[in-house]
Amino acid sequence: MAVDTETVKRIAFLARLKIEEDKIEETKKEFNDILEWVEQLNEVNTDNVEPLESVNEFHLALRDDVVSEGNQRDDVLCNAPDAEYGYFVVPKVVE
Amino acid sequence: MSELTKLTIAKAKEGLKKKEFSAVELTEAYIKEMENKRGLNAYVLETPEIALEQAKVSDKKYAAGTAGFLQGIPMGIKDLFCTKGIRTTACSHILDGFVPPYESTVTQKLLDAGISVLGKLNMDEFAMGGSNETSYYGPAVNPMKAKNSSENLVAGGSSGGSAAAVAAGMCAAATGTDTGGSIRQPSAFCGVTGIKPTYGRCSRYGIIAFASSLDQAGPIAKDVRDCALLLNSMCGYDAKDSTSAPVEVPDFEKFLTGDIRGLRIGVPAEFRPEGLNSEAAACWDNGMALLKEHGAEIVPISLPHTKYALAVYYIIAPAEASSNLARYDGIRYGLRVPGKHLDDLYINTRSEGFGNEVKRRVMIGTYVLSAGYYDAYYLKAQKVRRLIHNDFEEAFKKCDVILTPTSPTDAFPIGDKSMRENPINMWLNDVFTVSVNLAGLPAISIPAGLSSRGLPLGLQFIGRAFDEGTILKAAHVLEKDINFAGK
Amino acid sequence: MTDFIIETPKGKWEIVCGLEIHCQIISESKIYSGASTEFGADPNEHVSFVDAGMPGMLPTLNKACVHQAVKTGIGLRAKINKYSNFARKNYFYADLPQGYQITQFKYPIVGEGEVLIDLPDGSVKSIGIERMHIEQDAGKSIHDIDPKKSFIDLNRAGVGLMEIVTKPDFRAPEEAGAFLKKLRSILRYLGTCDGNMDEGSMRCDVNVSVRPYGSDELRTRCEMKNVNSIKFVMQAIENEARRHVGVYENGGEVVQETRQFDPSTGQTKVMRKKEFAHDYRYFPEPDLAPLVLSDDYLEQVRKEIPELPDEKKERFVSKLGLTPYDAIVICENKETADFFEKAAKGHDAKKVANWLMGDFFAMLNEKKLDLKDSPVSAENLGKLVELVSQNVINGKTAKDVFALMAETGESPEKIVEEKGLRQVTDSSAIEKVIDEVLTSFPENVAAYKGGKQGLFGWFVGQVMKASKGKANPGIVNKLLREKLG
Repeated sequence: MAVDTETVKRIAFLARLKIEEDKIEETKKEFNDILEWVEQLNEVNTDNVEPLESVNEFHLALRDDVVSEGNQRDDVLCNAPDAEYGYFVVPKVVE
Repeated sequence: MSELTKLTIAKAKEGLKKKEFSAVELTEAYIKEMENKRGLNAYVLETPEIALEQAKVSDKKYAAGTAGFLQGIPMGIKDLFCTKGIRTTACSHILDGFVPPYESTVTQKLLDAGISVLGKLNMDEFAMGGSNETSYYGPAVNPMKAKNSSENLVAGGSSGGSAAAVAAGMCAAATGTDTGGSIRQPSAFCGVTGIKPTYGRCSRYGIIAFASSLDQAGPIAKDVRDCALLLNSMCGYDAKDSTSAPVEVPDFEKFLTGDIRGLRIGVPAEFRPEGLNSEAAACWDNGMALLKEHGAEIVPISLPHTKYALAVYYIIAPAEASSNLARYDGIRYGLRVPGKHLDDLYINTRSEGFGNEVKRRVMIGTYVLSAGYYDAYYLKAQKVRRLIHNDFEEAFKKCDVILTPTSPTDAFPIGDKSMRENPINMWLNDVFTVSVNLAGLPAISIPAGLSSRGLPLGLQFIGRAFDEGTILKAAHVLEKDINFAGK
Repeated sequence: MTDFIIETPKGKWEIVCGLEIHCQIISESKIYSGASTEFGADPNEHVSFVDAGMPGMLPTLNKACVHQAVKTGIGLRAKINKYSNFARKNYFYADLPQGYQITQFKYPIVGEGEVLIDLPDGSVKSIGIERMHIEQDAGKSIHDIDPKKSFIDLNRAGVGLMEIVTKPDFRAPEEAGAFLKKLRSILRYLGTCDGNMDEGSMRCDVNVSVRPYGSDELRTRCEMKNVNSIKFVMQAIENEARRHVGVYENGGEVVQETRQFDPSTGQTKVMRKKEFAHDYRYFPEPDLAPLVLSDDYLEQVRKEIPELPDEKKERFVSKLGLTPYDAIVICENKETADFFEKAAKGHDAKKVANWLMGDFFAMLNEKKLDLKDSPVSAENLGKLVELVSQNVINGKTAKDVFALMAETGESPEKIVEEKGLRQVTDSSAIEKVIDEVLTSFPENVAAYKGGKQGLFGWFVGQVMKASKGKANPGIVNKLLREKLG
C-alpha cells in the first residue's frame, strides 16, 4: 500500500504536525520504506487468530464512587503557558 | 571512582547499618562522581541539595533504628518518571519546564523505602530510540571505550542515562523503563544489570506513557542482587493503574540460592539467525556451557514468530504512542509555540516540540490507526502479537527460563552513519528484546562477556509471567561465573 | 402508527430518523477519576490530574458509573453485555485534554433493547435501541469573555456519560418527542440521569433522511448535533426532512454532513461536510482492561430496579381502574405517580385521578408550584375524595373545600368542621327547607304543576341555596319530586 503525497499531508494534519514542503518527498519515501518493511506480516497466516489487545489477564478493577481529588486548581494550572481567571487560555476557537 | 561508589546496594546497606559511613558521605561520594563525569551527559538535571537533605534524614533514621529498606541509597531517576516538584521532561523539548505536582508510584515507593534522589537521567525522547541520541539534551555517552579508541560510544537506549550513570558510579542504581528493550539493551551496552519485570508488576502511574500495553518500569543496577532488592520496593499492585497486577510480591532476594540444578534453560533456534555477530554467538554459547556446569539442562526450543516481532512492535508501539502523545498540545503544560488559531498553535507547538524520531513514530502510528488501514496494519499486528505470545507459552512447557543474547552487537559510535541513514537499521537493535514486551514477560540482562573490541556484551534471561524469581536465580549463578573485566 | 407524510404536488415522502442521546450519569465522582461531578463550582476546581491529561496519569473506572449503566440498560429492556471494553476516540480539541475520549466502540456495555412510546391516538409503538455505551464528557470552552481568546474549564471533563443510540425507527417528529419524554421518564425513575435537556445533562443528536412513502430504502442522512429541547428536536426533524424533500424534488442529491439546528430560525445549516469529517482512529484503550460482569452482579442489579413507567401504567389501568390516558400522564413523572398512589391509598383511585388531573394540576399551574411544594398533601387530597364518597360533603362543596385547602394547607376534615360545611342528609331537616321554598314561591309551584316541568331544576337550586349548599342533592331531588307530585 504505497502512500501518496496527499496521504502524507492528511496524516500529518491528523497528528497536528507540519511537514515542510521540501521534506515531503523524503518523508513519503521513508514512510513507504517502513510500511513495506512491516508488510512482511502479510506472510503470516492469522486466520482464526484473536487479536491480542493486552497481555493483562486480570479483569478490570473498579474504583469506589468517592470524591478523592480536586480543589487543586493551582496545581492544575501551575504549568500552563497561559491561564487567567482560573481558566486555561487558548486562541479563540471558532466552530 | 571512590570506594564508596563501587559498593553494591547490598554492601552499602550493610555499611550504613554498621555506621562504617554515613548516608551523607555515601551521597557526597556519588555527587562528586557526578561532577567528575558530567561529560557523559548521563543526568539532564542534578538535584544534589535534595539528595543531601534526604541523606540527612536517612542518617537520623539509622541512628533511631527506623531505617527503611533502601534507606540512604542514592539513586538516579529516568526522566520519564514524574517526580513531584522536580522538573520532568521525558527529554523532550515539548515538556520544557514541566514540574509535576505529583509523584509516580514507583518513585514514591522508592522514596518511602528511603532513597536519595541524585537527579533525573538522560533518555531517548519519550523513550523512543535505542541509543539515547533522540534526547533533546543530546546523547548520554557510554563510559566504556573500545580498546585503543577514544571514540564516544552510545550508552544504548532508551534508558541510556540510567545505564551510563550506574556503570560510571554516578548513582548506586537507577530506574529505567522498557517498552521494547529500553532497560536491557543499554544495560548490555554499558556492562550493567537491568531487569524488565512482568507487565503489570510495577505501576505505570506517573510514568510518562510511550506505549501503554508494553511499557514497564524496572531497575538498572550493579548486579543481580541489587536488582532483586530494588524490585522488592518497586513492584506491587496499585489501584491508580488499572493494568497493574493484583499479584503478591515475593522477596526476590530469596531466589538467589545459587542452585540451578535441573533448571531447564531454553535456547531458541530463531535467535541465531544467519549473520548473527559471531562474538554475540560465542558469548551465548559460553553462557550455556557455564549454566550446564552448574547442573542446568539446555533445551532447544522454537519461537517461530520471532522474526515478525519487530514489525509487530513498530506498528503497535507507534499506534499507542500517537494517541498517548496527543496530550502534548501546548495548552496545559510545557512548550507553547503561538499560532493564530488553535490548530496553528497545536501544529506549531508539536512540530517544534517533538524531535524527528518522535514525529516519525507519531505519523506511522496515526497512519496505521486511520480509517481504511486499521485492519491491514494494527489488527494484523495484534493477531501476530497473539502468535508471538503463544510461542512463548508453548516454549515454557519445555523449559523454565529462556537464554538469548540481549543485543546483536556491542555499543556503536554516537552518530553512526548506517543508523542515521535508515531508521529501520536502528530499530533492528531491538530484535532480541521486543518479543518479550509483546508477550508481557519478565527478562533480565546481565553483562556476560567482552567483545574483541573490549566492549560489554549482554545475555538475557526470559521468564514466565510473574516468575522474575527464576530468572534472577539463573542470572545470579551466571554472573558469579563470568569474569568480566569491566567490573 | 403515526402517519406523518410530507405531501407535495410531486409526491409523498416519509421520514426516517434515529437519535443519539448523551445522558450525564448521576454519580459522586467522575467516570475515570476521583474528582467531583458537582455542578456550578469555580472553574477548574473539580479537576484531577487525570482529567487535565497530565503526563503519566491513568484512568480508573468508577464502579457507580457501571452500575448506573447496567440499570439504564435494564430500563431500556436491553441485553447487558457481560463483556465490554473501552476504546480511544482520537481528536484534537481544546476541551479534550488527553487528545482522545475514552469511550466504548466495538463492545458496548449495553446491546439491543426497546422503548415503548405512547402515541396521541392511544397506540403504543416500539422504538428499537441499537446500543448504549459509557464514556467521558469533555470540558467546556467559554468564548464570550474575550474577543481573541477562549477559556477552558475542565470541571465537566470526565463526567460519566451514557450514549444511547436508537434504531432509525422514528417516522414522525411526534414519535421522537414521545420517545425523549419516555426516555427521560425512565432515566428519572431509575435515578441514573436527571434528564434535564436545558441544563445539558441530556443532549440529543438527530439523524434524518427521507424516502418515498412506502419504500424501504435508506437514503443519505444528515446529523444535527446537540439539539437541546424536545420541541427543537421535533422542529429540527420536520424542517430537515422538508429540506431533503426539496433537494430531491429539485433533482438534487442530499450530501452527508453534520448540520446545526438554529432555534431562532428553526432551520438547519452546515457545520461540517463529510470530507472534513474526523478520522477518529478508534483502538482498544490499553490503560483499561476489559470490563467483565458476573451473572450474580447482574441479578443483584435487576433486584434494585424499581417499577418503571410501563409497568406502573399497566398496574394503574388494570388494578386501579384508571383510563390509559390518565395512567400515562400520571406515570410520566415518578413523583406524580408516587403522590397519586399515596393519595389514592384506601380511597376511590379513579376519583383521586380525576381530582389530580383536574383541580389539583390546575391549582399547581396557577400557583406556579412544583409538586413537592404543593400546599395540598397527598393524604389530604385522598381524604377530600373520601369525604365526597362518604356523602359528608357534596361535589360542589368539595371544590370550595379544595380551594381552602390550597389556600391554607389545612386538612379537609378541619375545614368542613370549622366552616360547618357538612352536608345535611337528615330528611326532615331538608323537608323543612323545601316547605319554606314552596311556600315562598306559590306562583312557580302553580306553573310547575301546570306543566312547566323545566322549573324543577330551579327549585333544586333554591333549596340548595337556602341550605347554604349543604343539603344532599340526592335527597333534595327525591323529596322535591314527592312534594311537587
